[in-house]
Amino acid sequence: MHKVAILGAGRVGTALARRALSAGYEVRVATSRPAADNAFMLQIVAPGAIAAGAEEAIAESDIIVLALPLSKYRTLKPELLQGKIVVDTMNYWAPTDGTLAEFEGAASSSEVVQRFLKGTRLVRSFNHMGYHEIEDAARPQGHAERRAMAVAGDDPEANLVVAAFVDRLGFDPVLSGGLASSRLFAGGTPIFGAAMTRGEMEENLGLSSENLV
Amino acid sequence: MELGIYSFGDVQRDAATGELGSTAQATRNLLEAIQLADQVGLDYFGIGEHHTREMPASAATVILGAAASSTSTIKLGSAVTVLSTDDPVRVYQQFATLDAVSNGRAEITAGRGSSTESFPLFGQSLNDYDELYAEKLDLLLKINESETVTWSGKFRPALNDALVVPRPERGTLPIWLATGGNPHSSVRAGLLGLPISYAIIGGQAHRFAPLADLYRRAAEQTGHGPEKIKVSVASPGFVGDDAKRAKDFFWTHWHAVMEQIGRIRGFAPPPRFHYDTEASGAGALFVGHPEEIAERIVTLHKSIGHQRQFFQTDVGQMPHRDFLRSIELLGTRVKPLVDAELGKRQRETDEATAHA
Ligand SMILES: NC(=O)c1ccc[n+]([C@@H]2O[C@H](COP(=O)([O-])OP(=O)(O)OC[C@H]3O[C@@H](n4cnc5c(N)ncnc54)[C@H](OP(=O)(O)O)[C@@H]3O)[C@@H](O)[C@H]2O)c1
Repeated sequence: MHKVAILGAGRVGTALARRALSAGYEVRVATSRPAADNAFMLQIVAPGAIAAGAEEAIAESDIIVLALPLSKYRTLKPELLQGKIVVDTMNYWAPTDGTLAEFEGAASSSEVVQRFLKGTRLVRSFNHMGYHEIEDAARPQGHAERRAMAVAGDDPEANLVVAAFVDRLGFDPVLSGGLASSRLFAGGTPIFGAAMTRGEMEENLGLSSENLV
Repeated sequence: MELGIYSFGDVQRDAATGELGSTAQATRNLLEAIQLADQVGLDYFGIGEHHTREMPASAATVILGAAASSTSTIKLGSAVTVLSTDDPVRVYQQFATLDAVSNGRAEITAGRGSSTESFPLFGQSLNDYDELYAEKLDLLLKINESETVTWSGKFRPALNDALVVPRPERGTLPIWLATGGNPHSSVRAGLLGLPISYAIIGGQAHRFAPLADLYRRAAEQTGHGPEKIKVSVASPGFVGDDAKRAKDFFWTHWHAVMEQIGRIRGFAPPPRFHYDTEASGAGALFVGHPEEIAERIVTLHKSIGHQRQFFQTDVGQMPHRDFLRSIELLGTRVKPLVDAELGKRQRETDEATAHA
């Protein structure tokens, strides 16, 4: 589990690419443009990341990270992602995404995304942290200031893989439960945008120690 | 290095009664702030389009036009113009008029901006955001290139040999592209040979250094000369006579805004320790006494090499007198320190190259 594909090369995508590279992952980055259009940019902002087309990046990788605007999720090809472990970092925010009927009033955008990406092992994480903190706030294991990162998904094995990924990137993973539980760290919850340690987040999620990674 | 201010035209709150001041008074206060910025030798003042009760600066060129007649050297611009919901022809006419009455001091900064209230106001859909922006920027740049324009697009009637006047005295208007850190925006500005403005409003400011590098390399590869390539940095900032008082004071106002935004966007406002980290060292909040701010600007300059830095100061219904005091300190205390330090460095580099 050392190959990562990141779909999206914006603020979140490039921050995650740099973190994953320094954690020793092989990283491919794809956007809606051809790989050649991203090569130069990646060479400078995420040196070491491989510019790839989405299809190749997905096929080559163990973990696929969705770091594109939620408004574009329907441009993803579900058939390419069958059986893959997919990390959903996306949030719904109408003033930038535009109004999307299926997300209006939905408790968790990830459940909507999972319905579209049938057959993928979707795990929501990284969505509650500002993009620059993914880099600024990353800390080694055991560090007193290490922050917690919530992880939610319906596939227990995928959850563990993503938890290990989160850990290697510099955060304490906290499993909140199935994908539906990702509403507990969506926008408007106390976790969204807050800096919490593992203990604080567990308490906030009302978790007992059995649930923990 | 050019130093300046940007504002969304925030209304003030009466400290005694707690009442929100009028939007008309806030507009007059903003004009006064621009005049002071000019008097104390600042280089740039930008107005960021907003359409709210707290931030009523919806018609930047009108305020800047008034400022043009009572200022002499300060550059007058937008920070930013929400191009997607405006008509590029109208935007250009207004800024070219501003350019005429200010004797060549007008600038446009186009960008997404932090405000989306203009979309329902002018009947545009946010679902079209990217397309609207790309199309309107294309037209704006075309108008800047020549006074007669032939153009067609999706969101605006076509133009056939249409005359757009007045024309700027220097031939063209500076048009900056504003970005919040998406690398493709840096590439786009570089390919187009447009100056770029980075909004660095949180986190560690030097994380934008690779983006500035990307921008410069994209411009170089495209063959744009160095005279076209400029980088500016826009950040929250407040200068006070005393460092601790300045930090405590700005915290209350900054925190108030973060609470307002957080309520709307559903995130928890950052705690004080987070603010303290960002308001020091390489953080994005330039809050403190003049020496400290000058030093931090110079340090950032080492990594980003920017030509201009400007600050949003009057946030969270800050009393007008504190806004004015900060402008004064930025012009009279910070600017000379920054000029001296960067001048010294420049001489050292020049000498080193001369001896090499
Ligand atoms: N900003 C934050 O702090 C933050 C924090 C947590 C989560 N998020 C979430 O993370 C996501 C990305 O946010 P951002 O701020 O990084 O956005 P951004 O800077 O606008 O970048 C979006 C990226 O997605 C790419 N993209 C668009 N369509 C695509 C497709 N079909 N396949 C692959 N890539 C595609 C874009 O490139 P092209 O247009 O060239 O394809 C661009 O590189 C959003 O869903 C957001 O809700 C953001």
